[in-house]
Amino acid sequence: MATRHSRSAARLMMAPAVILLMGWMLVPLTMTLYFSFKRYLPMRGDSLERGLDWVGFENYVRFITSSSFWPSVQATLLIVGGVLVITVILGVLLAILLDQPFWGQGVVRILVIAPFFVMPTVSALVWKNMMMDPVNGMFAHLWRFFGTQPVSWMSDASVQSIILIVSWQWLPFATLILLTAIQSLDSEQLEAAEMDGAPVLARFWFIVLPHLGRAITIVILIQTIFLLSIFAEIFVTTGGSFGTRTLTYLIFQRVVDSQNIGLGSAGGVYAIILANIIALFLMRIVGKNLDR
Amino acid sequence: MGRITLDKVAKSFGEVEVIPPLDLTIEDGEFVVFVGPSGCGKSTLLRLIAGLEDVSAGEIRIDGKDATAVPPAKRGLAMVFQSYALYPHMSVRKNIAFPLRMAGLDAAEQERRVRAAADVLNLTDYLDRRPGQLSGGQRQRVAIGRAIVREPSAFLFDEPLSNLDAALRVGMRLEISELHNRLKTTMIYVTHDQVEAMTMADKIVVLRAGNIEQVGSPLELYRAPRNLFVAGFIGSPKMNLIGGDIAARHHATTIGIRPEHISVSPEAGEWHGTVGVSEHLGSDTFFHVACEGIPEPVTVRVGGEVSLHHGDAIWLTPDPDHLHRFDKDGLRVA
Amino acid sequence: MARAVSTRRKIITTAVAWAIGLVIFFPIFWTILTSFKTEAQAINNPPLFWGFDFTLENYAVVQERSDYMRFLWNSVIIAGGSTFLGILVAVPAAWSMAFVPSRRTKDILLWMLSTKMLPAVGVLYPISLIFVEFGLLDTRIGLTLVLMLINLPIIVWMLYTYFREIPIDILEAARMDGAGLRQEILYVLTPMAIPGIASTVLLNIILAWNEAFWTLNLTAASAPPLTAFIASYSSPEGLFYAKLSAASTMAIAPILILGWFSQKQLVRGLTFGAVK
Repeated sequence: MATRHSRSAARLMMAPAVILLMGWMLVPLTMTLYFSFKRYLPMRGDSLERGLDWVGFENYVRFITSSSFWPSVQATLLIVGGVLVITVILGVLLAILLDQPFWGQGVVRILVIAPFFVMPTVSALVWKNMMMDPVNGMFAHLWRFFGTQPVSWMSDASVQSIILIVSWQWLPFATLILLTAIQSLDSEQLEAAEMDGAPVLARFWFIVLPHLGRAITIVILIQTIFLLSIFAEIFVTTGGSFGTRTLTYLIFQRVVDSQNIGLGSAGGVYAIILANIIALFLMRIVGKNLDR
Repeated sequence: MGRITLDKVAKSFGEVEVIPPLDLTIEDGEFVVFVGPSGCGKSTLLRLIAGLEDVSAGEIRIDGKDATAVPPAKRGLAMVFQSYALYPHMSVRKNIAFPLRMAGLDAAEQERRVRAAADVLNLTDYLDRRPGQLSGGQRQRVAIGRAIVREPSAFLFDEPLSNLDAALRVGMRLEISELHNRLKTTMIYVTHDQVEAMTMADKIVVLRAGNIEQVGSPLELYRAPRNLFVAGFIGSPKMNLIGGDIAARHHATTIGIRPEHISVSPEAGEWHGTVGVSEHLGSDTFFHVACEGIPEPVTVRVGGEVSLHHGDAIWLTPDPDHLHRFDKDGLRVA
Repeated sequence: MARAVSTRRKIITTAVAWAIGLVIFFPIFWTILTSFKTEAQAINNPPLFWGFDFTLENYAVVQERSDYMRFLWNSVIIAGGSTFLGILVAVPAAWSMAFVPSRRTKDILLWMLSTKMLPAVGVLYPISLIFVEFGLLDTRIGLTLVLMLINLPIIVWMLYTYFREIPIDILEAARMDGAGLRQEILYVLTPMAIPGIASTVLLNIILAWNEAFWTLNLTAASAPPLTAFIASYSSPEGLFYAKLSAASTMAIAPILILGWFSQKQLVRGLTFGAVK
């Protein structure tokens, strides 16, 4: 497309971004890999200066055989899966609703999107205290109003609480993307289906939903990547107790609380592999889009 | 001055050879049209001349000087793009003045030349508008204005009319021809529309798959197409091309006869057939006639209104003076 | 194109949509409302929607006791600085990828994307170690750098998708018109790219402002931005609903406003151009 001169200039302009990201990726990654094969407990006197003992795959084995590993996988799956189901289903419904003509569309859209802009620590604390507190929370007032015993959300329904909070944060994202996708649907297609005698539900099922297929896939993949690493929401609410210790949080605790760097690093490598598997699917979709 | 010479110029993108080595000379003041079906390499050839693409081999000379390695800005050429490529954030005045500003002319001189160009192109009332507020034809004129203020040694047009509607296209065609008559500057014009080529060119270059099929004046191409491709491409409606026994009778593999060179008779003639679809244009009538022994329907032009109906049996006779004969390689036989 | 919708249907849609919108927005509304109550009224039973004594005291107390402005300033510096640096690095990169694409452009873009997917917790220790080594721990510079790096792929991608929409014809026209590379960038490219750059800046400020892994883990006393400041409210200190609300309101207000401006760009930025 272009001349030789511009090509060499282009390479030069790309260099800073590429080098920075390369360093940002490779340096810590190499260190994590290195630590994952070492015994490294700074609290017990291990230090980089004195050299670390090579322990092979011991950290990897210990990480997955520890009693907290499977519960953390379970918590991760529950939270990620729960949020995905809620946000995608409600997101599709909300997107369709917001696509209908009604008074105050702009304002309602702003109301619906707002939670996405609330910083995670704020939304977690607001929900924990002002909505879910068993004495003074809004839910407790509601429960009492209907004559039932308020729920101790954070201890008795901790996973559900986290799912609720995180869904609230991510529902706007799903809605917004799906709404954008719906609006790109060619209205002539729907009109053709209508002329062909398809009723509303059939039009939704055979035309709208397939059209949304790609957008839904993208929502699922991107959310999965972000949801796998939710941190602040757990950090400020349950602190990982009551069955809300996700894989991310477990690794965090291994590194920060118990200061077992080797073990935490092995967990980190697992997390990186897991994220990359999902990333691969996402990149294939995004990559296809690039070819246009 | 604007004499452009291509000497064994070739272009490949990676493995793919888009233009095999070709030679071409464009004389000063000539209006040359590159014509061919899409993908024939005509736009690439234009971009090579412009300097927007590097040549893979060969030499481009402008007024005798080697310009092969000269960047586009320094070649002294001006280009009008298919998409007009106007700067959306600048007013019409700024758009037209842009090349002058780049050349470092002072503001007064810029304004004088912009005024002159706007005057020629009927843009005076629109100088302060943005491109987004103009119609397609007006945008086209701004693009031309931007090209003429530089007083280039040659204009390059890349399918400039293909985004306009049919009526406007005819008008702009005349305007560009008029401009050429007045400026007498070399113009190279790329199009896939053979009508544009026939009506505007001094010299037509027919391209196919990067190869030059024929170079000549419009009438040379019309009268004596060098091969089957040119024969089929130039002229509207298309020349009838007939093979088989009928061609053999004329000592050729394929014969070609233009619709306007066939006479029609109800009683007698060379080919017998039945009238199919007829197209009435008022001035002319075109009949598509299914003839015995000819697989494709033969197109015939008859002047004025003629009352023949679907299913009528008629006789056709090709005018022997205008019969084109081609050999088995598709080349013209004299 | 559109057909008239029956008024009845429109009324029903309006009612449903508003009801849902208000339910979703409720926690934010409640937070803002509570921030104007006294602590006692904040936990009143039943909850007070009106008839409370409107007070700004909480805002004053939050600022006084915990020096709120300092955290706000940290957030501004970190979010603004990381965005500025990111744009500085990303504009040339995105420009060259959009206008001088090579066979490897796609791979480079996808690779950049993959760095964004690196789980932060996997590299938490190495980064802390590097930070300690270079004296970056709990500094604004350190956080600015980290946030710049984690958002750089998004910035490059967004800019790339915007730049790619600029027709290459126009740049070639500029070249034909005698513009050099510098003039081409200055007079033609930049004016046409500014809307895209502005949207990218907007989205990136939002992302950086709300980032809550590195900001919580790499700061202590001197450089914490608002995310970390708010987190300090998670430790129980008795009655604090009104103050929590006031602090929260101040922390989210600027970003809510920015966010409302950037709805469209949000979709493009966060889906890496796959949905527009």
